[in-house]
Amino acid sequence: MQMDYDIVDDYLIVKLSGELDHHTSESLRRKIDRYYSSKNLSNLILDLRDLKFMDSSGIGLIMGRYKMCKDKKGNISIVSTSPYINRMLKMSGIYQIVDVFSDIDEAIKG
Amino acid sequence: MEKSIDKNYMKLEFLSKSSNESFARVVVAAFASQLDPTIEEISDIKTAVSEAVTNAIIHGYEYGEGMVVVEAKLEGNRIEITIEDFGRGIEDVQKAMEPFYTSKPDLERSGMGFTVMETFMDELVVESELNKGTKVKMIKEIKSQSNRE
Repeated sequence: MQMDYDIVDDYLIVKLSGELDHHTSESLRRKIDRYYSSKNLSNLILDLRDLKFMDSSGIGLIMGRYKMCKDKKGNISIVSTSPYINRMLKMSGIYQIVDVFSDIDEAIKG
Repeated sequence: MEKSIDKNYMKLEFLSKSSNESFARVVVAAFASQLDPTIEEISDIKTAVSEAVTNAIIHGYEYGEGMVVVEAKLEGNRIEITIEDFGRGIEDVQKAMEPFYTSKPDLERSGMGFTVMETFMDELVVESELNKGTKVKMIKEIKSQSNRE
C-alpha cells in the first residue's frame, strides 16, 4: 500500500495504490487523518484509480473519512475508474452519500 | 473451451495475523486459476476470501493468536472454499449477516463482510458455535469460456 498527497486549492488529494484491506487500512487511516488535520483543509479527494484490490475495509475507511470531513464542514469525493472498485462502492451505498468522479479535475469542479 | 477439473484439493493453515490476509486470498486465487476464471471471477473470489479471513482474525480471535484454516476444493467448474477459525464464535449468525451490522464500529468496520461474500459467491453457509469457532463455506461456479461475452 502506497499513499501520495497533493494539495490543489483547498483540496487535500490522497492517491492510493496497491491493496486496501483490513491490514493496510488501519495505518492508512491514521496517516490520512494526521495529514488532514495538520494541513487544516476541509475537503478531501480519495483517488482510488491505482488500487489493485479493495475489500469492505475500504468501505469502512471511506465512511469514516466522510464523517471526518462532515465534522469539518467539508466534502469528500472519490476518483475511481475501475469497474471492480465501482461495484464495491455501489454495493455499499457509498454512491448515495459521496460523489464519484473519473478524474481529479472533475472532482475539484464538483 | 470449458476447462473442467476432475477433483483437486488444497489446505492452508496460518496464524491469525492481519498480514496474512493478502497471503490467503492470493493462494486461493492462484489455486482457483486452474478453472480458468475471468478477471472478474478471480476478483470476486479474492474479495470473498479476504472478508472471511478478516472476520476470523478480528472477530474470531479478536487480535489474539489462533490458527485460521483455509481449504479449497475444485470439482467440475466449481470451487468450494471453507474458512475456519477456532475462536469465540458468533452468538447470532443471522444478525451478524445483516448488511451494515458490525460489533466493532470503533474499528470503522463497515458491516459489509457477509454481504460481500453473499454477493460475490454463489452460495454461502455460516456455521458458528460460541467459544468453539466459526466456519464459512462458499461456493462459486466458474462460467465456461464459451459462455463468456
